[in-house]
Amino acid sequence: MIGRGRVKLEAALLLAPLLLYIATGFVAPIAAMLWRGVSDTEVPRAFPRTLAALADWDGRNPPGDEVFAALADELVAARAAGTLNAAAGRLNSDTPGLRTVVFATARRLARHVEGSPRAAILAADPAWGEVETWGALRRAGATPTDTHLLAALDLRRSADGTITAVPEEQRLFRAVALRTVWIGYLVTLLCLVLGYPLAAALVFVPRRLFGLLMFAVLLPFWTSLIVRTAAWMVLLAREGIINQAFLTLGLVVEPVQMLFTRTAVLVAMVHILLPFMVLPLYAVMRQIPRAQLRAAASLGAGPVAQLVRVWLPQTLPGVGAGALMVFIQAIGFYVTPALIGGGADQLLPFFIGFYATQTVNWGLAAALSILLLVGTLLILALFGRFLGLAQLRAA
Amino acid sequence: MMRQTLALVVAAVTAALSSASTARDLTIVSWGGAYQDAQRQVYFQPFTQATGVRIVEDSWDGGIGVLRTRAQAGNQTWDLVQVESEELLLGCDEGLFEKIDWARVGGKDHYIPEAVHECGVGAILYNVVLAWDRTRLQATPTWADFFDVQRFPGKRGLRRGVKLTLEIALLADGVPRDQVYALLRTETGVERAFRKLDTIKPHIVWWQAGAQPPQMLGAGEVTMTTAYNGRITNANRAEGRNFGIQWRDSLFTIDSWVIMRGSPNRDAAYRFLDFAKDPRRQASLLPLIPYGGTARGANEGLGADLLAVSPSNPDNLNVSLMIDDAFWMDHLDRLSQRFNAWLAR
Amino acid sequence: MTDPLVRFDHVAKSYDRATLVIPDLSFEVGRGEFLTLLGPSGSGKTTTLMMLAGFEAPDRGRILLEGRNIVGVPAHKRNIGVVFQSYALFPHLTVAQNVAFPLSVRGRPRAEIAERVTSALAMVRLEGLGDRRPAQLSGGQQQRVALARALVFEPKLVLMDEPLGALDKQLRAELQAEIRRLHRELGVTMVYVTHDQEEALALSDRIAVFDEGRIRQIGPPQTLYDHPRDPFVAGFIGENNRLEGEVVGRDEDGRLAVRLAEGAVVRAEPVDVLPSTRRVLLSVRPERIALAHAEAEDLGAEALAASVVETVFLGDHVRIRVRLADGSLVTVKRPAYALDARLKPGARVALAWSAEHAIAFPAEKAEARRPLVAGRA
Repeated sequence: MIGRGRVKLEAALLLAPLLLYIATGFVAPIAAMLWRGVSDTEVPRAFPRTLAALADWDGRNPPGDEVFAALADELVAARAAGTLNAAAGRLNSDTPGLRTVVFATARRLARHVEGSPRAAILAADPAWGEVETWGALRRAGATPTDTHLLAALDLRRSADGTITAVPEEQRLFRAVALRTVWIGYLVTLLCLVLGYPLAAALVFVPRRLFGLLMFAVLLPFWTSLIVRTAAWMVLLAREGIINQAFLTLGLVVEPVQMLFTRTAVLVAMVHILLPFMVLPLYAVMRQIPRAQLRAAASLGAGPVAQLVRVWLPQTLPGVGAGALMVFIQAIGFYVTPALIGGGADQLLPFFIGFYATQTVNWGLAAALSILLLVGTLLILALFGRFLGLAQLRAA
Repeated sequence: MMRQTLALVVAAVTAALSSASTARDLTIVSWGGAYQDAQRQVYFQPFTQATGVRIVEDSWDGGIGVLRTRAQAGNQTWDLVQVESEELLLGCDEGLFEKIDWARVGGKDHYIPEAVHECGVGAILYNVVLAWDRTRLQATPTWADFFDVQRFPGKRGLRRGVKLTLEIALLADGVPRDQVYALLRTETGVERAFRKLDTIKPHIVWWQAGAQPPQMLGAGEVTMTTAYNGRITNANRAEGRNFGIQWRDSLFTIDSWVIMRGSPNRDAAYRFLDFAKDPRRQASLLPLIPYGGTARGANEGLGADLLAVSPSNPDNLNVSLMIDDAFWMDHLDRLSQRFNAWLAR
Repeated sequence: MTDPLVRFDHVAKSYDRATLVIPDLSFEVGRGEFLTLLGPSGSGKTTTLMMLAGFEAPDRGRILLEGRNIVGVPAHKRNIGVVFQSYALFPHLTVAQNVAFPLSVRGRPRAEIAERVTSALAMVRLEGLGDRRPAQLSGGQQQRVALARALVFEPKLVLMDEPLGALDKQLRAELQAEIRRLHRELGVTMVYVTHDQEEALALSDRIAVFDEGRIRQIGPPQTLYDHPRDPFVAGFIGENNRLEGEVVGRDEDGRLAVRLAEGAVVRAEPVDVLPSTRRVLLSVRPERIALAHAEAEDLGAEALAASVVETVFLGDHVRIRVRLADGSLVTVKRPAYALDARLKPGARVALAWSAEHAIAFPAEKAEARRPLVAGRA
């Protein structure tokens, strides 16, 4: 009673460094990244007044003179301030060619302005006479915005505000999301098929063998992901060890293409993720008292019934925990598919990386991250609902 | 009181920094590694010996953001920077670089036309070429052959990415070099390129790092591949490979020297560029590292073996196509999306 | 014993093929009998039970169930109910499903299963708890479920391996009564393993005392208590005072005259004492010793002089520790109502017992093996 408040305070103080670390090193960066998926900062920073003037534009005809005037001022100012490139890049990712339009116009205006801003801008580039150019500007200026999230679902909003599917040849992310889930599912299934008997063996083998088996299971943990992936590249290469062996044994006439295939991706991912299936399974299996099997036997259950009716059901929490761990990690895999897979084997994270580093489209990268995160949370929620998080805790 | 003290400190520090910057040596920034070693031997050390102007070297990995930050910092510590063509275009648009006074570097006609830009002086020229292993393939394949897996069975290596892939597809389909980008600006052209790519899609092995193509050729993983000419020549020189280079319809780009805006060593920078323009000096880089000089005549008097690997050898240059970075800056986003979608199907 | 249910016939068992845990074991269990295997840990009682259940196989000998050798018959075909100390309930099944398990693996019709589960739960007084999970029950309730599960398929024989070991004293007493009732009502044969001699005394028709893989003595509780066949049994069942002495004479009725270390000569019943035996060990139950606040001479020739070391009041009785002249300690147990207020530490007292309550074992035999547990409070 006396020290209750103080104990709480002390606990809070002891936890403070960790909480601070989590907040600054984990929560804040992720939140900032995700925020980019629903915000657009580049264009508003460069053209605040233009966007304000564009607020009540009808979206059917080119906007009024005051908008052109604001744009003329801000193009020049942004170029001098160094904010134009980001804005032009953002507009270009919406409508190809706008980067050139923006920079050419800014350069012309910086040199000299003849006549009205409207005339000067239209003279610099006739693209400013088109409604879709202004539509792009307005789309890229809103926060919060659904532009990136729609793009992550192969949708877009046209100048008049309606949502439509992007053209056939541009559609990508729905297929990628499906593929990500499918590969995650296959990897999980394979890990289960291989890992379940292995975990059971760990429980039932004699002590001597246990050490050896456990070592084999844990070995991958002590090697980096990239090294293991590289090892698979060496094994699966056209003139790699496996093909050499096949050729020597006369199993094949010419080397088999194994690298850069879906099979190779599955093999490597299963190898890397197998411990995450085996360890929770083993933890759960080890906790099942041997007396239960004896009890089942004494009650008349033969070996098969003991296994199916007593042992198997009790390992389900381990199956759930292992499957969850493997699946969630699998759908977040980047390096292994990138190095071992072909073009059609890349998962969602590859595209997040692609848009973040190759085309520097942070908005789309963030929106794809949101897609992945929401998907993961959804799976966690489903798992919690049907299998129970309490069971996860048990594992 | 507090504020006054602070102001004094700031003033003192600023003064110290600015005096330091005016007094500092010419700072040249390049790509580091074996390339910068070669540059030091061919340009930097001889320049200091000849002129007494001292050089401070730095290196970087590219990226317009670095240059932008330095330009906005106000206090410029880099003077002369070697940039890729895309950075040249972006930085010039944004006014990060000094405009080149061509009279001070020998005039525009001293250089091949592609090396001349409002903001940059071309430094080296290099290509993405079709490469193959002569020990496995006794032919001199073209892009058309690259897309003909009936006549030349085996995998094809291409860099994973839409850039250059579409150009190569159109060149293979018989489009003349000078019409490639005009065609790619149309939906018809893009469609045609993708249809051409469809014909060999299952046979493509996508590479990502420049070191991969020689490895894949050496391992027999691919029959033909795209590759940087430097990597192929190095493999032939260092590893005793016998890889072939097809210069016809290869794609080249130029790295340029730019003078950072507000550089206090502008004059020294011009003296260096004037020193580096000498064709024979440029030619002496080739035995060290197979990048082509940009001065006219940089290939004169070279032996056959060096001419064969020089990207700026007129015989090679005249059959190559310059990569249009302005095109790619406008279209990379959309075409990447489409390429990824195509790849995923 | 005519037509026993179970017969162990020269059974031997080794786990490591070197040392025999059970060297040579033979005993019988009668139909409807409650037999307890009692002994310290490592004495082989649990191994014996496991061989009977079918979880361990003997190296030699036969185990007969209703005259049929069941060595080699797998556990699930023996039709023997087993109750474990750890309950071994199936946590993923409800209480009712646990109890239904033996019936459902036997493929009984649903209606029959439901009916028998209900009556089995009623039998162990767990009506209405069928839908709970085992984890939601107390330890005592869980063991009742285990009992119901082992009984519901009406096996002829039920084995229990320290089933009350994990419960506290009060629950243990309650469940002992329950087990006694079930045994009485169902008439089922039970073989029960425990290391708790009180529990063994409370439950059993007969007790087999195990030590080092052998049965030291088998018989009804009272026989074992009053007439232990060796010092181990005497020490393991109930409490005992041990006094060293020397044979100085023999009566015509077979009793010995023994001179104790402290000097007095007392009479005792010999067990396995040969005519040549000189040194013996007397075993006397604490409650058989009379004690008076007086000089020894007042009680007669066989009385011993002693001084009180401590007096411990235990509610229904008092334990008095006294020291003899030679320094050895003796425990005396008297009803609390008979406590003499003068028995303070240091008080002079006299001890005495009648000859039939003093048992003399040859000393060599006693030294060969002293029980690890000399009795439990």
